[in-house]
Amino acid sequence: MNVSEATAETRTAGDAAPARSAAIDIRGLSLTFQAGDQAVHALSDINLSIDRGEFVSLIGPSGCGKTTLMRVIADLERPTAGSISVFGGDPERARLGRAYGYVFQAPTLQAWRTVERNVELPLEIMGMSAAERRRRSRDRLALVGLTGFERKYPWQLSGGMQQRVSIARALSFDPDLLLMDEPFGALDEITRDHLNEELLALWAKTGKTVIFVTHSIAEAVFLSTRIVVMSRRPGRIIDVIDCPLPATRDLAIRDAPEFLEIAARVRRALRDSHSYDD
Amino acid sequence: MTTEATAGRRRGRQSGQLASVGTVLAGLVALWYLIAIPLNGAQLEDLFARIDPNRTFSFSERLTATWDNNRPMLPTPDLIAADFWDSATSTSVTNRRNILYHVGVTAGATALGFALGALLGVVLAIGLVHLRTLDASLMPWLIASQTIPILAIAPMLIAVLGNIGLTGLAPKAIISMYLCFFPVTVGMVKGLRAPDRLALDLMRTYSATRAQVLGKLRFPAAMPYLFASLKVGIALGLVGTMVAELSTGGQAGLGGRLLTASYNGDMIHMWTALVTSSLLAILLVYLVGRAERLFTAPAPAMQAG
Repeated sequence: MNVSEATAETRTAGDAAPARSAAIDIRGLSLTFQAGDQAVHALSDINLSIDRGEFVSLIGPSGCGKTTLMRVIADLERPTAGSISVFGGDPERARLGRAYGYVFQAPTLQAWRTVERNVELPLEIMGMSAAERRRRSRDRLALVGLTGFERKYPWQLSGGMQQRVSIARALSFDPDLLLMDEPFGALDEITRDHLNEELLALWAKTGKTVIFVTHSIAEAVFLSTRIVVMSRRPGRIIDVIDCPLPATRDLAIRDAPEFLEIAARVRRALRDSHSYDD
Repeated sequence: MTTEATAGRRRGRQSGQLASVGTVLAGLVALWYLIAIPLNGAQLEDLFARIDPNRTFSFSERLTATWDNNRPMLPTPDLIAADFWDSATSTSVTNRRNILYHVGVTAGATALGFALGALLGVVLAIGLVHLRTLDASLMPWLIASQTIPILAIAPMLIAVLGNIGLTGLAPKAIISMYLCFFPVTVGMVKGLRAPDRLALDLMRTYSATRAQVLGKLRFPAAMPYLFASLKVGIALGLVGTMVAELSTGGQAGLGGRLLTASYNGDMIHMWTALVTSSLLAILLVYLVGRAERLFTAPAPAMQAG
């Protein structure tokens, strides 16, 4: 009786998933690090639901737990309280099912591998055939505009190109979710603008769910469908701002009144969180 | 185009390096001849007195005698080169009087000891990196093993191994291995721990197994450390082999030649064995360097030095 009920429940949940299509559902999540005899509250009572196909930016001051939240989603950290589901299961299941691709702040390319073999690294780990690996690395490198650089070594590429390789690598195994942790933080503004445009086009083309950590208000507003503003430690969500800009945008939109209005709201929310602390 | 430029720069750097090494070598050889004058001169007075007590020998005669002398205290480079050439060409390579035969014996034992030592070093390092208990319990003993003077332990090991029927190549290779493995272990542990947190996190996001993390991240990241250690290791391995050869009573090998010449007070033969073993060490280290070029990815010119 109990068993059949449980099965029925699972089935309804499974059936409901495509309709509701929540990619990530976080409830009452907290995370406390034990640093020596001191407890560091990195995240406190986070509630957030992200639908499939959304582009959500996390913005907030340094050390506010944006990266930590992302690492919890990626199953690189375990929460100390609350619940989180990634595509209807726990984060570990999502990780084992290779549901996401993670782009770190640094390109983290392997210096001894050529560009294409770097893109093929996750595919090798997943045991894909050499021909399929090569086909995919060619395809993804073309997607990020790096055709012709397949045989180069990372040190022969600029910082922006290296980060594009890292994005191609995250896309190589076609995950449904892309986690990007300040991927363009170390780049100059011109390169950054360019890559923002490319990323937006990529998102439109692939329809992936993207979670994007950034320090930059302009970047967040330009890229996102929703912006999550976080406070200083202990990291809490203070505001979630919708970003109803047209799906196809170019950099010129940053001068449009609706863009500036959203940017101003984000700035206000960030400023409020600061004065709250002081 | 860039590769050509890099290759050109490398060639330029190599010829520059060759020139400076040549200059130092020329200086050393000149110094060698100078030092040979007082060292070989002292015993000449007796010699001249025996030839003709009443004659005074000219400066040039004395100088020639100090440098061209069949029982010198310090043989000059040309004497050593001539002795080497004579030994290497007058008999076949399989003859025990040929120095190249002994080079072969020593190089063979060193190569075997080096291969065993490198393997042991790498295996130990993998164990030390992956098992915390091994790291805590084994490392102090490994360090202790290297504090025992090889000269003390070699004769004992040879006696023990001879007792169980291991003679010839095997005991020498084992002593060579004993010196070889340690730098490889230390370098490899450092190399396997070289990948940073993000690189390891990346592997975790792919749900890579421990074996995959080792094979696709830790091991390739350790290659530069491994080759640096191998260069130290093979030079030490040669020392180990020669010490073993000294301990076996000079049967064969460059260590054996050294011992025999020392018994006979034959300075020229001693120096020939010594110089030949140095050349062998240079060759072995060079070969490891070539292997490194073959097995590692090209690096930016700045790091290539």
